[in-house]
Amino acid sequence: MWELIEANRRKSLILFISLGLTLLILGYFFGSAYYPDGGGFIGIFFALIIWGILSLISYFSGSKILLAVSGAKEVTKEVHPQLFNVVEEMKISAGLPAMPKVYIINEIAPNAFATGIKPENSAVAVTAGLLARLNRDELQGVIAHEVSHIVNRDVLFMTFAGIMLGSIVLISEVFLRSLWFGGGGRYSSKSSKSSGQGQMIIMIVAIVFAILAPILAQLLYFAISRKREYLADASAVRYTRYPEGLASALEKISDNSIELKTANKVTAPMYIVNPLKPKGQKLSDLTSTHPPISERVRILRSISGGANYIDYQNAFNKIKRGKETLIPSSGLFDQSVIGLKEVATTSALLGLNKQTKRDTGDIMMRVNQYSFINCSCGLKIKIPPDFNKKEFFCPRCGRKHSVNN
Amino acid sequence: MAGLIIVLVVIAVVVLFVISMYNSLIQLRNRVKNAWSQIDVQLKRRHDLIPNLIETVKGYMTHEREIMENITKYRSQAMDAKSVGDKAQAEGLLSGALGQLRVQVENYPDLKANQNFLALQEELTSTENKISYSRQSYNDQVLFYNNKIQMFPSNVIAGMFKFNEEEFFQIEDEKERAVPKVSF
Repeated sequence: MWELIEANRRKSLILFISLGLTLLILGYFFGSAYYPDGGGFIGIFFALIIWGILSLISYFSGSKILLAVSGAKEVTKEVHPQLFNVVEEMKISAGLPAMPKVYIINEIAPNAFATGIKPENSAVAVTAGLLARLNRDELQGVIAHEVSHIVNRDVLFMTFAGIMLGSIVLISEVFLRSLWFGGGGRYSSKSSKSSGQGQMIIMIVAIVFAILAPILAQLLYFAISRKREYLADASAVRYTRYPEGLASALEKISDNSIELKTANKVTAPMYIVNPLKPKGQKLSDLTSTHPPISERVRILRSISGGANYIDYQNAFNKIKRGKETLIPSSGLFDQSVIGLKEVATTSALLGLNKQTKRDTGDIMMRVNQYSFINCSCGLKIKIPPDFNKKEFFCPRCGRKHSVNN
Repeated sequence: MAGLIIVLVVIAVVVLFVISMYNSLIQLRNRVKNAWSQIDVQLKRRHDLIPNLIETVKGYMTHEREIMENITKYRSQAMDAKSVGDKAQAEGLLSGALGQLRVQVENYPDLKANQNFLALQEELTSTENKISYSRQSYNDQVLFYNNKIQMFPSNVIAGMFKFNEEEFFQIEDEKERAVPKVSF
C-alpha cells in the first residue's frame, strides 16, 4: 500500500516539476522584459516568493479556505447519522488514523470533495443534494472515493499543484496588466538603442508566454487530476468491496444538470465529478479535470472476481483496451484476497424529484439547527432555532405542541 | 586476547539480534491486540443495540417470536464467549438471526415507517459494516504475526518466550451466505 502511494507520488512529481519549471521560466522572461541586465533572476526570485507565500498559506489554512469558499458547514452526528456512520466505516476500512471532519454544503447539485494535507487532520464535504439523492451504498461509494484521495495523498498534491497554477495565472495577469498601464515606457527609457531589438524580442516572447503559460499550466494540472481519479476509484472499490455502489452513484451524479455555484476552476479537481458543466459543447479530453464518467462506470461494472487493485486493473484494461499501467506493480502484489460484497444493504429509493428537493431542504435546515416536529395530522413542522415560545399550534389541525429547546 | 574479543563481539551481536527480534514480536502482538479491540468495540455496540431493537420491533411483529428469541439467545451466547473462535461462531449465528428479522420486516409496513426503527436499523447496519471492515484488518495483522511465529529464525525466539499463534476472526462462509439478499 505504501509503495502504491509512493509510485503515485513519483509519477505526479514529474508533472509537478513541469509546472514548477513553467513558473520559473515565466519569472525569468518577465524579469528580462523589464531589466535586460540580470532582471531574469530577479523575476525568478519574485515568482518563487509569490509561490512560497501562497504555499505556506495553503499548507496552514488551505483546508479552511477551501471549505469556506465552497460554503461548507461542519455538522454533528445528529444532523445526519447515516453520513457520519458511512464516514466512520470508511475510516476503519481505509485505516485512517483519525476520523475526518464532516461538512455539508448547502447546494442542490450533488457532489463531494475531500480535503486535508495530512490524514490525521482531514475533512470530507458533501452537498445536501447528494445526500438527498443517493442511497446508503451509493453514499458509501462516494465517501470511499473521497477518503482514498486523503489516503493516497492526492489532496496534498492537488493543493500544491493548484497553488502553482494559481501563481502562474497571477504572475501572468500582473505582467500583462502592467504592460497595459505603461510598464513598457520604463523599458524604453532605460534601454539603449543597440540592445533595443533584442529587448523587443524578449518582450514579445514574454507576452506570448504570459498568454500561453496559464493555458499550459491548466492542461498539466488537469492531467495530474485525471490520473488520480482512476486510482481513487480503485481504492474505493477496495474499501467498500462493492463497485456497484460507486458506479450507480456516479451515474446519478452525472444525471444532474445543475452546476455547483461554489466551485471554480482551481477547486474543480477536488470534487468527485467535475462540478462545472461544459457550456454548450462537449469538453475535450485535454481540458477535463476528470475522466469521462461513462468510462469510470463501465470499468466499475466490469470488475469481477474481487475487490483488489488487480481486479480493477483488469477491468480497466478490458475497457480501455490498452496496456497502460494505472496501478504500479507493487500494488498488484497485494497478497490479501478481498472478496466482493454481494449484498446490497439498502434499496431505499428517494428518486422522486419533488421529494429530493424537499429532503435537501430538510437537511439544510437541520444543518442550520432547525428542529422538526411531526404532527399526528401528518404535517412536518420546522422550527427555527430562534423560535422562543414554549408552545405552538399546528397550522393545519390546530393541535398543541410543546417545543423543547 | 583477539579470540576473546571475537567471542564477545559474536555474543553481543547475538544478544542484539534476539532483543530486536523479541521487540518486533511484541510490536506485532500489540498490533493484533489493537486490531482486536477495534472489532470488540463494534461487537459490544451491536450487543447494546439489540435490546432496543427487540423492544421497538416487539409491538409490531407478533408472529416472529422464534426469531426474536433466537436473537436474544445468540446475543447472550456471544457476550459470554471468551475465545476468538467461539465469539466468531456466536456472532455468526447472531448475524444470521438478525438477517432473518430483516426479511420479516418487509411484511410490516408500519414498522418500516417507524422513525425509531429506521434509526436503529441504520446504526445496526453501520455497526455490522464496521465489524466486517475491522475484521479484514484484524485478520491481516494475525496473518502477519502468525507468519513471523512460524518462520525461521523468529520462530526460535517465539518458542523461547512463548509467543502463541493468534486465531483468525472467521465467520463461517455458509453463515455469511445465509444472510439473505433482501434489503430495506
